[in-house]
Amino acid sequence: MTLLEGSPTLAPPTAPGRLVDLFEYGLDSPICLTWELTYACNLSCVHCLSSSGRRDPRELTTDECKAVIDELERMQVFYVNIGGGEPTVRPDFWELVDYATAHKVGVKFSTNGIKITPDVARRLASSDYVDVQISLDGATAEVNDHVRGPGSYATALRAMQNMADAGFKGFKISVVCTRQNIPQLDEFKALADRFDAQLRLTRLRPSGRGADVWDELHPTATQQRELYDWLVANGENVLTGDSFFHLSAFGAALPGLNLCGAGRVVCLIDPIGDVYACPFAIHEEFLAGNVRSIGGFQEVWRHSALFSRLRNPQSGGACTSCAFFDSCKGGCMAAKFFTGLPLDGPDPECVRGFGEEALASRDESDAVPRPEGDHSHRTERAPRRSGPVPLTLTVRRMDRPPVSACAEDPLADFSPVSAGAHASDCSC
Amino acid sequence: MDLEHAWDLHPQVSVRPEPFGALLYHFGTRKLSFLKDRKLLSVVENLATSPSAHTACTAAGVGEAELPRYETALEALVRSSMLVERMK
Repeated sequence: MTLLEGSPTLAPPTAPGRLVDLFEYGLDSPICLTWELTYACNLSCVHCLSSSGRRDPRELTTDECKAVIDELERMQVFYVNIGGGEPTVRPDFWELVDYATAHKVGVKFSTNGIKITPDVARRLASSDYVDVQISLDGATAEVNDHVRGPGSYATALRAMQNMADAGFKGFKISVVCTRQNIPQLDEFKALADRFDAQLRLTRLRPSGRGADVWDELHPTATQQRELYDWLVANGENVLTGDSFFHLSAFGAALPGLNLCGAGRVVCLIDPIGDVYACPFAIHEEFLAGNVRSIGGFQEVWRHSALFSRLRNPQSGGACTSCAFFDSCKGGCMAAKFFTGLPLDGPDPECVRGFGEEALASRDESDAVPRPEGDHSHRTERAPRRSGPVPLTLTVRRMDRPPVSACAEDPLADFSPVSAGAHASDCSC
Repeated sequence: MDLEHAWDLHPQVSVRPEPFGALLYHFGTRKLSFLKDRKLLSVVENLATSPSAHTACTAAGVGEAELPRYETALEALVRSSMLVERMK
């Protein structure tokens, strides 16, 4: 596949233009980066972008992590977004957080809340250099737990209560927007207000296990409009991780950089030290190097062939003639890649409908790239054994379709209650 | 903001110079700002040793004609708490 073709690195324009134009040429250090500390997780969310569950035995050691932090300090990376997996299940998690903040690298970490006890919440509230994002994908247990697993809503709410009780103001409630929870935007906002927290809405990507459920979970075209209007009306106090720039084609650009920062101003370090262009692109095509190699992270960031290629203005391809290309930039590279669309064409969720057309006209013979590195729990699978595989012959029941139980749609029988909460009128 | 007063960077703000200007990060508000040219960066760097924002601008080579533009930029930094007035 012709990934990231383009001319060799162009000299950045010397005349000051829009910042976002300059950022297309990349920075000497990332503005911030995502660091997934572990693939281990107590949950098995159906849309997990890193297919987390089991720890990878090659995980960076405590000392290796500290060396990465030293390097980030030297490169003046202000903060890291730590995630996973569930980062707090690493036994050295708090040690690493303390080490980072002592070295002037701020920490924002994402958690499902499992370890946020009253004690931990009090400790977090006393630090100026740590921010916390609690993941929640439904404003009700029914909607949330269907995606994140039984009991996960209660765990998150308990963590939020502990944070609020400890006086931690402005922690984040981080929501991946789905078809099932977009009717709950107002409820999410109310929840954030109740805990003195800030709402953060981000885009569902077809990455990791998300590739398996994207068709069922990604917002409908009507919901995208609803989301855009809601963000315009409420956007000032709502964070988006700059993830909805493809919605700009509805009208005015949303607040934020409106740029694909992959490999230019952001990147991902995964638990084994692999550096990818962005957290949504865990695939060989977007692998720039490893922090364990000579020169470490800085060498990968500054000199990897992949990042050098990414640091060029986005070529519009099929989108060049679109009036909205300037703000939409063709949308998300990872979303295109994992839905089998060309990277220089429309986003699968292009609000003008070109993405759907492109999806419909995909060639059957073109295999859609699969996310790599499956760390999913295997608790439902029997252990492998050597020798002949014992088979039990069964009679096929003619009233059932000829599929195994595990081939069933993960969202079968799911009918979320329509919350009736709709976006306010656009007030821009 | 009063250009004739003395101003400082907020103690929780870090500055990272960049070819286009600089990145500012406030560890208290957890907000990021961008300085869009190097001259503005010099102004910000001069604040701590200047008796007023005006003299910080002059020392960075900001002419009187450009002053309103730099005042607007500094005002934005005051609004986002990146700059604080120095107490006498």
